Order: sequence, then C-alpha cells, then structure tokens
Amino acid sequence: MQKLARLAISEEGFVFDPASGDSFQVSQTGLEILAGLKNGKDDGEISRWLLEKYEVSMEDALRDVADFIACLKNAGLL
Amino acid sequence: MNKFGCSPAYARRIRDDIDGVAVADLVETFGSPLFVYSEGFIRKKYRQMHTAFSTRYPNVAFGWSYKTNYLNAICALMHQQGSLAEVVSDMEYEKARALGMPGEKIIFNGPHKPAAALEKAVREGAMIHADHLDELYDLERVAQGAGQPVPLGIRLNLDAGIYPQWSRFGFNLESGQALEAVRRIKNGGKLRLRGLHCHIGTFIMDASAYSRQVKKMVAFAYKVEKLFGFSIEYLDIGGGFPSRNRLKGVYLTPEIALPSVDEFAEAVTETLSKELRPGDFPKLIVEAGRAMVDEAGRLITTVVASKRLPDGTRAYIVDAGVNLLFTANWYKLNIEIDRESGGVNEQSIVYGPLCMNIDVVDEGVQLPPLSRGTRLIVSPVGAYNQTQSMQFIEYRPAAVLIGESGMVDLIREAESLPDIIQREKLPDRLALKKLP
Repeated sequence: MQKLARLAISEEGFVFDPASGDSFQVSQTGLEILAGLKNGKDDGEISRWLLEKYEVSMEDALRDVADFIACLKNAGLL
Repeated sequence: MNKFGCSPAYARRIRDDIDGVAVADLVETFGSPLFVYSEGFIRKKYRQMHTAFSTRYPNVAFGWSYKTNYLNAICALMHQQGSLAEVVSDMEYEKARALGMPGEKIIFNGPHKPAAALEKAVREGAMIHADHLDELYDLERVAQGAGQPVPLGIRLNLDAGIYPQWSRFGFNLESGQALEAVRRIKNGGKLRLRGLHCHIGTFIMDASAYSRQVKKMVAFAYKVEKLFGFSIEYLDIGGGFPSRNRLKGVYLTPEIALPSVDEFAEAVTETLSKELRPGDFPKLIVEAGRAMVDEAGRLITTVVASKRLPDGTRAYIVDAGVNLLFTANWYKLNIEIDRESGGVNEQSIVYGPLCMNIDVVDEGVQLPPLSRGTRLIVSPVGAYNQTQSMQFIEYRPAAVLIGESGMVDLIREAESLPDIIQREKLPDRLALKKLP
C-alpha cells in the first residue's frame, strides 16, 4: 500500500512512479480500481462497486480486478 | 515482442461465421473443439490447381495425398473432382479401396509396403512405386507367383537445389543408384518399368526447384528407354507445394513469400516442353496435398481460462492444443475471435488443454481481453492436423463439412471413452473388485 501512496496519478489515467521513474497509462476503470485500493478496499469490495456501476457479472468483475491487481504487482506498484 | 506497440482495435480479426454458418451454431450443435472444412474452398482450389497445369500441358492427373487428410468425406470430394488416390501404407490403401477407388486409380508410394499388401496391389492393378531394392525383390516374387510381368514405377531422389535434400525415399539419381535399380529390374525379367516418381520435399518456396527436378526426370526417362528399352508412360512429380500458411520466422506474408500455383505450374510444364521430344506427352501426375486442403480447414476452440504469468504475460487456456494442431509446431497460425471485446490488445500466449509444458498453440499473439467461452477460430489447419491428431489426454473432436449450399454435414463424430479403450484387454487378475 505504501507503494500505491507514492504514485502520482492524473485524472486522465497517467500514473507516475517517482521511485522508479516508470510511467503507466490506465483506463477509467483502472483509475477507479486504483482509487479503491488506495482507500483500503479489497478486491471483493471493489468488484461489488464495479458491479453497481457497470453491466458486468460478479464473476467477470472479480476476474478483471484480480487480473488488474496482478498487473500492478508485476509492475512493482503493489 | 511487437516493437510497434499495442495493435489497435481495428487489427483484431473477428469471425463469427464460416462460409455463412454461425460459429456459435456450429459449436452448439457439434461441440468444441470442432474441425470445420469448406467444401466450396476445396472444389475451387482443385479447379484452380488442375486448370493451372492442364491448360499448360495436355496430359495431367492429380493424385490426392491421403496422408494430408484422409477423412472419407475429404477423399471422396477429391475423387469426385477427378483425383487419383495417392497412398503410402497398407492402411491408406485399404481406406481408398473401402471408399470405392479401383486399384488402377491408386498410386502406392511409401517406404513400407508389406508383402501381402504388395500382392494385393499388384492383383488390383495399382500404380506401385518401389522405394528400395528389397521391394523390387518382393515384387519379383509376386510377379513369379502371378506368372506375368508386373508393371511398376520407381521412386527417385535427386538434387533439385532444395536444402535439405531429401534422400531417404527411393533411389538416388546422381550416384547412379537409380540406374542400377533399373538395370536390376531389366535383368530380373519379371518387372516392367513404366513410371518415375520423385518427391523433392515439402513446403517448397522456390518454383525453379521443380524445373530442375523435371529436367532430371525427363533425362533419366530417356536414358532408361535407350539403355533398357523401357518406355516411361508417366512422370509423377510428387507434391510439396506450399499452402498459404506462414512458417515461423518468416516475416513476409504468404501472399508475398510464396510463389503462386501458376508459377509452379509454369516451372513444371515449361521444362517439360523444353526437355521432351516433340510429340512425347507422358502423363504428368501431381500429388498436391497441403496446397489443396490446408486453407479449407479451420479449428474452433474455446477459451476455458485465462491467467497472468509471473512475468506479467497474459495467457489463455483453450480446449484444443498440439494434440489437434500438430502444425502449430512450425506454423504461425491465424487466430480469429468470434466476438468483439473491449480493452486494448495485449501480447498473449495461447496454451492448449494438455497437462504438458509443450502444449502451446501460439507463443505470442495480440489479443484483446477474452472472456471465458470466447471461441477462437484457428486456421489454416486442413492439412495434416486431422490425420496427425493424437488420442492423448483429451478426446478427439468432431469434424464437419460445410457444403456449397451452406448445409453442414457431420463427417466424423467426436470420440468418447469406448474409442479409447475398445482395443484394450484387462487381464482378470488385474480387474478391480466391484464395490458392493
């Protein structure tokens, strides 16, 4: 979570990691998941929130959130 | 890696039907995975190839290479178009006969022809092409039993400028081995040489190789005529013509990298015109297999799971792997998806269903995020995949043929457990006790 806190995130989805100098681009949904993670929500809570907002099944939401979190870990952001 | 970055959405290849039949309907009726063949394509391709040769040379026959795809429906289609049967084993010979092909319309190639199979083939008038001296001895024994000379062809191998040079089939031309074989035939007095066969390789990307091959075959035909008095009635140039598939490591598209059918036909027939004596028109036999059927076949497979690999790569598991896609080992097969999908394309790996590390359909393909149940349509897979599919770990799937009118025929049922175990015998002492 400390790593997430240090990220500079713009409203357009530009993510900058000052520790590594790496930058990333995420979609609107990605921004929302990042915001949820920064606020201490777990994957289940974030998925349920996405469920309310988008026409998507709980299974798909859970799978996509898990995949996004795996990407964040792989990029060294979590 | 894709150095141009993520491929855009318009680069996605969406296919929701095959020859006008919805992919979803095909899978709902026949299951997944599913081999799908196009009758219209096969007939069109046959006409195209036959026309390319027959408009340039007056005496042409095609031999359908059974090993490429010996589903009865595919063979019958080829025979309906006028093709002979080209078989390379006793099993294939029996398959052609069971389908109704008379012996005289069967070309019997291959390095293993059991004595009984040879005897049957001689009796039924098949065009036998001897691969080695031991086969000549076998044929002489058959001829002695029959009390009359047996007509035959011999297989040649020669240097046509192709690397690697295929030298394992037949008798070598340049070393004099082939001439010695003909001398043996003549001296034995029981066989009559009437044809020459030569298959220079596979997926030949240089049309001029066929020109070199034909030149050497014609010269050899005249030589054996002069030295031994055998009149060569036909020249069988084998196959080896490439399909519009893409070999791994070849960056150019098949349309650019490969010669057209007309270029191959021109190379062969122009050389015949130059090398044959005026008025000589021995039958030209062409054994096109891969080039005829590869693009007519597709495999529908279904995404059963997705995962992230430790290095961040997206991976999909689908229900068909190298058990059904043997050619995925050397081709970069086309992968289309049956529906639109949101999200950016990502370099992805497509794994098959086998619990084997080697089961990889594609090591790196740009795909959007795919949900479970998405169908992938893999092509061209009409050549060698059906015949080389393995009864290994998974059941083999059904195969259908889409007719020119759009009618769909089941041409091979999906396998089930009895197909796997019906030939097995369990000793009584090993039978598991049945629970009460």
